[in-house]
Amino acid sequence: MFLKVGLFVTCLVDLMRPRIGFAALKLLESAGCEVVVPEAQTCCGQPGYNSGDRPAAQALALKVLREFDDCDYVVSPSGSCGGMIRAHYVELLAELPQHADAARRLAAKTYELTDFLVNVAKLEVVPGRFPGTITYHDSCSGLRELGVKTQPRALLAKVPGLELKEMATPEYCCGFGGTFSVKYGEISSRIAERKCEDITTTGADAVVLGDLGCMLNIEGRLRRRGDSHTRVYHVAEVLAGVEDTDGNR
Amino acid sequence: MTTPHASGASTPNTGARPHSTISFKDRAHDRLNDAKVQRAMRNFNLAGARARGVLDLENLEDIRTSAAAIRDRSLAMLDVWLERFEREATRRGVTVHWAESHDDINRITVEIAKANGVKKVIKSKSMVSEESHLNAAIEAAGMKVVETDLGEYIVQLAGETPSHIIAPAIHKNRDDVADLFHEHHKTPRNNDPAVLTMEARKFLREHFLSADMGITGGNFLIAETGSLVLVTNEGNGRMTTTMPRIHVAITGIEKVLGTMEDLSCILRLLTRSATGQSISNYITVNTGPKQAGDSDGPEQMHVIIVDAGRARLLGTDMQEALRCIRCGACMNHCPVYQNIGGHAYGWVYPGPIGSVLTPNYIGLEKALDLPHAATLCNQCGVVCPVKIPLPELMRKLREKQTERGLRPWQERTGLRLWSWLAQRPSLYGLATRVAARLGKSVGGAERTIHRLPGKGWTEGRDMPAPQGKTFRELYAERNRK
Ligand code: SF4
Repeated sequence: MFLKVGLFVTCLVDLMRPRIGFAALKLLESAGCEVVVPEAQTCCGQPGYNSGDRPAAQALALKVLREFDDCDYVVSPSGSCGGMIRAHYVELLAELPQHADAARRLAAKTYELTDFLVNVAKLEVVPGRFPGTITYHDSCSGLRELGVKTQPRALLAKVPGLELKEMATPEYCCGFGGTFSVKYGEISSRIAERKCEDITTTGADAVVLGDLGCMLNIEGRLRRRGDSHTRVYHVAEVLAGVEDTDGNR
Repeated sequence: MTTPHASGASTPNTGARPHSTISFKDRAHDRLNDAKVQRAMRNFNLAGARARGVLDLENLEDIRTSAAAIRDRSLAMLDVWLERFEREATRRGVTVHWAESHDDINRITVEIAKANGVKKVIKSKSMVSEESHLNAAIEAAGMKVVETDLGEYIVQLAGETPSHIIAPAIHKNRDDVADLFHEHHKTPRNNDPAVLTMEARKFLREHFLSADMGITGGNFLIAETGSLVLVTNEGNGRMTTTMPRIHVAITGIEKVLGTMEDLSCILRLLTRSATGQSISNYITVNTGPKQAGDSDGPEQMHVIIVDAGRARLLGTDMQEALRCIRCGACMNHCPVYQNIGGHAYGWVYPGPIGSVLTPNYIGLEKALDLPHAATLCNQCGVVCPVKIPLPELMRKLREKQTERGLRPWQERTGLRLWSWLAQRPSLYGLATRVAARLGKSVGGAERTIHRLPGKGWTEGRDMPAPQGKTFRELYAERNRK
């Protein structure tokens, strides 16, 4: 099987955690895909879209449309950016009928990473190994826009040594919400606090999740409340076996 | 509004005032730092009740789809159903009034009261009357008004407004209630909920027996029969509609349903979504005042059907909000509401549906924070019994704010700058390379940033530092090797 997969790295992974981008690359390649990484890619436009600045978001959506047009699939290590493309681009570009077909095509071939690995690439063996317990946080966009729930768990179950301990409310929002986290920082931190309580109650060594926004939010709150031992990993890092185990992160 | 057709595009003078002029952020901050409110919000778990309550519906999603379709049908033929309601209700002796504005609600109600020499009014729950500050209007006209829903009664004694649409006093605990009853009833202080409830019952009973007029809301109007439907748990609704000589029901134009069959579908979801009950303690269908041969019922029954900004939403991208059946599930599942409570939202309806309705009813510019004060997690949208896409509607309101130039210039500039930069890949690459290095060095050995400019993020959190190089540069390096 040689599927030509375009990797949409996402702006946050590019800037904050390139390791996750390489983990995604490794997983896609081990699933037998031919991966291309369009070099000029930047942001999917979600900050503008969710802040009510449609034109700003449209400009970036058109850019993504152009860059990934010739791929069989577009895969992103983020339910949020994947959801933006898959669930919102068609609506976002509604005023530009000349792009409607391209937007629909792109939406239909865009996947969140674990969803793609399980349902399209049918990855059987994962490279990673993880001696320890984890708990999994379901990010809102991945879960409620793309139906990502069983896919990461199915893949994590293949990781030797890993034991999953579910938290009480894994589907509960972590409070990130994009620009919400900065505009309403106090409320956002309180929501994150409830999530952190839920995570630490499980006693798991690490919380694993699929979105960098939630990751920065949860890790940031854990550290601020004085928890320096609960690791926070992106699911791609654990599956690919590239997580940074020595430092804080 | 004199006829149900008067939808009009003009901005209505609704006569509504926000309950408070201080900002949403300040109100939220106060609630977040009020230990009592925080304790109450931690104990608040109607979401859990709903989760258990819907377990016996195997085809929950199908019923939600039907319920949404029923509500859409009502809205699509609103004028037809409302006229039919008026005809059928009038035929059964009801006087139907049309209130175009909030001021009209108060004016009509006070006129009815005055014409009948009313001295004391009792009320069962009505959120629409909160919109118009009806109690204040009744008192200003020299009459006494007593709320009889237990939560509303508590809130009234405290001189506050409801903080939840079905659990108005959810922000209060038993000690608050004990203090209030002790002060107002002049009884010995006791904080046992059972004792407090009996005490309220005793005091309310006197009001039920002595009131001349009863005011209720209306969960639904049924067009084919001209009936008013009330869904309650405490029985005070029935007392309010049967004991006084006059019954006045106040409800929005959007609350009309075509048929009893429509109602039966909606009811299956309303009570389960609200409190997890398969059915509430009382479902009251009032069809006309006391008829010859009836043993009880009011001599007069009035229904005030309220526009106050609703008709303006018909046929717009906000119409879906009018499907709302006021179950409260969206706020019960909202991570923001669960932390800050209802009063922070500043007007009658809190939570996600409030963040959609408030800007629409009192003005976009008067509630700038509300559509933004949400993570768009969609925990509300997936439980809403009538499938209102609440995050979508909030996002559209955000767009309207931008279009009308209502956003702060710093935010506008920031977004534009981001978009401009992200369209210029080489410049973007340079900027992110610098930012990644800067972030890494600020993070130091701990790899954690404790303070960022603007404070929004680092007030309550640290920021994990970036790795130091961007994906793009590392990828280019790898390909060169
Ligand atoms: S918007 Fe939906 S969930 Fe919220 S109160 Fe209305 S019907 Fe209930």
